[in-house]
Amino acid sequence: MMELLFEGLIKAFEMIISGDPEIVEITLRTLRVSMTAILVSTLLGLPAGMLLGLARFPGRKLILVLINIGMGLPPVVAGLWITIFLWRSGPLGDLSLLYTPAAIVIAQTLVSLPIVTGLTATAFQQIDEKMILQIKALGATRWQLVWILMKEARLAILAAIIAGFGRVVAEVGAAMMVGGNISGETRILTTSIVMEVSKGNFDIALALSFIIMAIAFLITFCLTFLQQRKRPE
Amino acid sequence: MKKRSFITIILILVLALMTACSNSKTSNAKEEDSANSIGSGKKADLILATTTSTQDSGLLDVLIPVFEKETDYNVKTVAVGTGQALEMGSRGEADVLLVHAPEAEEKIVESGDAINRQKVMFNDFIIAGPAEDPAGIKGSTAGEALTSILDSGAVFVSRGDNSGTHKKELELWKGENLDPKQHKAYIETGQGMGSSLQIAAEKKGYILTDRATYLAQRDSLAGYEILVEDDESLLNIYHVMQVNPGKHERVNKEGAKAFVDFMLKKETKETISQFGKDEYGEPLFFLFE
Repeated sequence: MMELLFEGLIKAFEMIISGDPEIVEITLRTLRVSMTAILVSTLLGLPAGMLLGLARFPGRKLILVLINIGMGLPPVVAGLWITIFLWRSGPLGDLSLLYTPAAIVIAQTLVSLPIVTGLTATAFQQIDEKMILQIKALGATRWQLVWILMKEARLAILAAIIAGFGRVVAEVGAAMMVGGNISGETRILTTSIVMEVSKGNFDIALALSFIIMAIAFLITFCLTFLQQRKRPE
Repeated sequence: MKKRSFITIILILVLALMTACSNSKTSNAKEEDSANSIGSGKKADLILATTTSTQDSGLLDVLIPVFEKETDYNVKTVAVGTGQALEMGSRGEADVLLVHAPEAEEKIVESGDAINRQKVMFNDFIIAGPAEDPAGIKGSTAGEALTSILDSGAVFVSRGDNSGTHKKELELWKGENLDPKQHKAYIETGQGMGSSLQIAAEKKGYILTDRATYLAQRDSLAGYEILVEDDESLLNIYHVMQVNPGKHERVNKEGAKAFVDFMLKKETKETISQFGKDEYGEPLFFLFE
């Protein structure tokens, strides 16, 4: 087994150093798709989570419950539903999105959005109401208030994004279903690992697993670095 | 200074958005360029629903680029079990099908969902198993082999996924009037041929597999060998067919027709009959002539 791991590691280095065009392409596509998905999730989930955490309106608790359920939404379920909606015979068939990277982005956004929204909402709920009153009393405008509170919840917001990114980059079931693992179009690292395993190419699969782990590590490292950065006084 | 770190985060997010967008733009531009160079606008997509065996054996990796070069279509190969491929066809979700389950194919032609069904190639199924051969099936016919496997209580791994291979397996059991599901050592994986082979080898069980996938994976299946072959009942025939544009209006009719014609062309047949000779010492698919 150690031999196989070692072979995989060597193969991974070979692939990266030789710049195997297919691997480069798959890696870049994975990055592009995951980044877009987590970005959309952040852009939608951050304001939504903030609203849910700070505002009080009827139905708010119900929405929070639904979001918490959504955090556990199995990706294959999301994939199945999106597939049915995107079918040529389905309600969104005119868009011809099935088996495109956009479909994968939709699936990954769907599974990461509840995580980003839910964790952001929790972060803002924890902010002391007295502090909000104080800021208001000091004459802050609405946007200034939002800005100050966002800074206050910075750590938790980044934790939400990190958790969402973890979900996105690990996702395989939905990407397989809505993307189809089409060579040169929708093949991403996770789906190619599944395919190489089913082909019996364990060394390539292992090499790809090292690449995807490196990506996950690098990005999570950067985000954590930002999160934990000491504030110079 | 808090402000600065927060601005950094936002900058990074914006940057990520920009790269995400610009990358997709450049790749689109590239696609358009290559399409333009052939002399038409954007390449039309052609969805090919096919079996895992044609993809896992590597045959499509050789054929599809040639087809894409010769025509103006961008092929989206969706490799699934034959059952799912046929279902995609009858829903109009695919344009052209390359599958291997003659009985089920006839049904979809009868129902009018598929037209222009043509024989492409064949190879054969084999029964593979551990070299020790606990059920002693080596050299027997397929029917005898299945009976001995059940009697000996040895593990048999079934695809169990409605694929062409699975349909073939059920047909063989039925031919012997056997019901394998009653037996504890009958395992259904519900996965593709490649994964099922890996499971069978790991469990030291017998399995019905197409020869192409077996040969392509032989190296990773230690202590595993072909035990039953060259049996007439083990013939594996591949057909190509168009999804009926008269019944499913969104189907890419011209592309599907072009693909069927391509599969029947002399040059393609030559490629198919040579495929695998270099790597495995024997061809993986055979022609009907």
